[in-house]
Amino acid sequence: MSGANALPTRRPAPRSPAARFLRRLFLHPGALAGTIVFSALVIAAIVAPFVAPYDWNETDVGMRLSAPSADHFFGTDLHGRDLFSRIIAGGRYSIALGIATVVLSVVVGGLIGIALAFAGGKVDAWGCRALDVLLGFPAIVLAIMIVSVLGVGLVNVVIAVAIAGVPRFARVVRGAALVVREQLYVEAARALGASDLRIMLRHLLPNVMPTVVVLATLDLGNAILSTATLSFLGLGAQPPTPEWGAMLSGGREYMRYAPWMMIFPGLALFLVVMSVNLIGDRLSQVLDPKAKDRT
Amino acid sequence: MGFFLRRILSVFPVIAFTWTLVFAVMQMIPGDPVNLMLAGVPASEEVRQRERERLGLDRPVVERYVTFLARAAQGDLGDSFRSRRPVTEMIVEQMWPTIELALGGLVVGLTVGIVLGVLAGIRPNSWVDSLCMMLALTGVSLPSFWIGMMLIYIFGALLMWVPITGSGFDALILPSITVGLFIAGGFARLVRSSIIEVMGQDYIRTARAKGLPPAKIVLKHALRNAMIPPVTLLGIQFALLIGGAVVTENVFARPGLGTMLVDAVLTKDMPLVQALVVYKTAAYVIINVCIDLIYGAIDPRVRMERA
Repeated sequence: MSGANALPTRRPAPRSPAARFLRRLFLHPGALAGTIVFSALVIAAIVAPFVAPYDWNETDVGMRLSAPSADHFFGTDLHGRDLFSRIIAGGRYSIALGIATVVLSVVVGGLIGIALAFAGGKVDAWGCRALDVLLGFPAIVLAIMIVSVLGVGLVNVVIAVAIAGVPRFARVVRGAALVVREQLYVEAARALGASDLRIMLRHLLPNVMPTVVVLATLDLGNAILSTATLSFLGLGAQPPTPEWGAMLSGGREYMRYAPWMMIFPGLALFLVVMSVNLIGDRLSQVLDPKAKDRT
Repeated sequence: MGFFLRRILSVFPVIAFTWTLVFAVMQMIPGDPVNLMLAGVPASEEVRQRERERLGLDRPVVERYVTFLARAAQGDLGDSFRSRRPVTEMIVEQMWPTIELALGGLVVGLTVGIVLGVLAGIRPNSWVDSLCMMLALTGVSLPSFWIGMMLIYIFGALLMWVPITGSGFDALILPSITVGLFIAGGFARLVRSSIIEVMGQDYIRTARAKGLPPAKIVLKHALRNAMIPPVTLLGIQFALLIGGAVVTENVFARPGLGTMLVDAVLTKDMPLVQALVVYKTAAYVIINVCIDLIYGAIDPRVRMERA
């Protein structure tokens, strides 16, 4: 954290701040690896219909439950469908759903959190109590309740997971904003006669931003996991949709005879979430104003 | 002490609010509880109607809501629609396996999290830091249903080191690791960033200037000051786990309140859902009060503020 880490010989900084930002973001092995893996999975999902060796729904009863081989890289499932083709096609569901979910919950939750921290007093106390109530349910249970109201299905799972994420965001952002609110520079700004809105936008928001970014990026992984979990529990994607959570659920019964049925969809899910988390992790370091001199 | 008494009393409006919310949400869930209970078993309309009357489902919503609140105020949370047994009894039965798993998961998660976080935080940007954070990220990124299944496959089916199901201590190991790995990442990150921030404070510089050994600086001066955010997370995690780890219970076929709640929601077993909500809300508030007490123990400034 201290100046001890500052490099004595600095590379000349690129001209634009954006270029500098991207440079710092990607000149990091973890973030780079994350970006490459994530891009590869996204591209694979997009071009899946053209590159997949088989159609994701093509059954071949003669090849059911066959082990990974040159013909079927990841083996086949109960109906003889090629798991490799199903997994790259499945990226479409898992990734897109996760992104939609996070955008929804970050915006709503973040705004609520900042507003509560700033308002203070009774509003804050009651708001927090309401958040406590919602946080008292594990997000997954809250999501399950919402899905049972909306009905089983992928879109409903997105809405449910997003709503379930809101209290978490609001609570953590409020906590971060409370710390910022007590800082001397906020007091100074107030003493100088800055308006509430100005303090919120100029002082609270930028200082809470790193927290929001860490949360949002970490939550993308989380959201992908949650949507997959709901599908795993049978509430989201339904067979034969090649969604990874649903595929895992289908594979658990055949664990002893065909472990590849659960290993590969889970691995894909893990890789996506891990790569997103790697990017988010680096992003948070680059965006954290307190870590300016880190390389 | 008035503060804590107020906090504990504040649980009642929270429960009332939650019930109202849950009651409303449950009304919105499509489907007739009686049909869900029968689950396709043929029954005459007359039988169904009698069952609805028995459960009070033929009454208007408002009346049902008021009756329910009045009974609850007398301490009667009712009988489950499905098993016809008192819901409190059902919850008490499933409470122990749930608490067991929550504690097991927290022990694994907190231990792994603090070790990784401190190692990473005292030498930020070193290879140790990168490695620890990689491991923490891996924990957060592992789908718990997948890692649970992998653990079962490797240690249960292939190596046969531990039983896959059952209720002994052995059977708790894999589920605890499954829960622990997931929450360890959060603790590790929080401990790390907190340690880094604390290590930059003046009092650490003072401690260094006094010539204190580095281990003492880290353990006594830094870690203690750095524990406030992780303790907040600890409270949240414990409160969530005490409500049941739905996925882990599902994968390991363990009994527990998570599975119970999901089943109750899906079958519209109102008394059971409501009782579980009371239990969860009360647990949540009580745990938060305990966390506040821990804050006071860790950080004297919090005590001063309150006095």
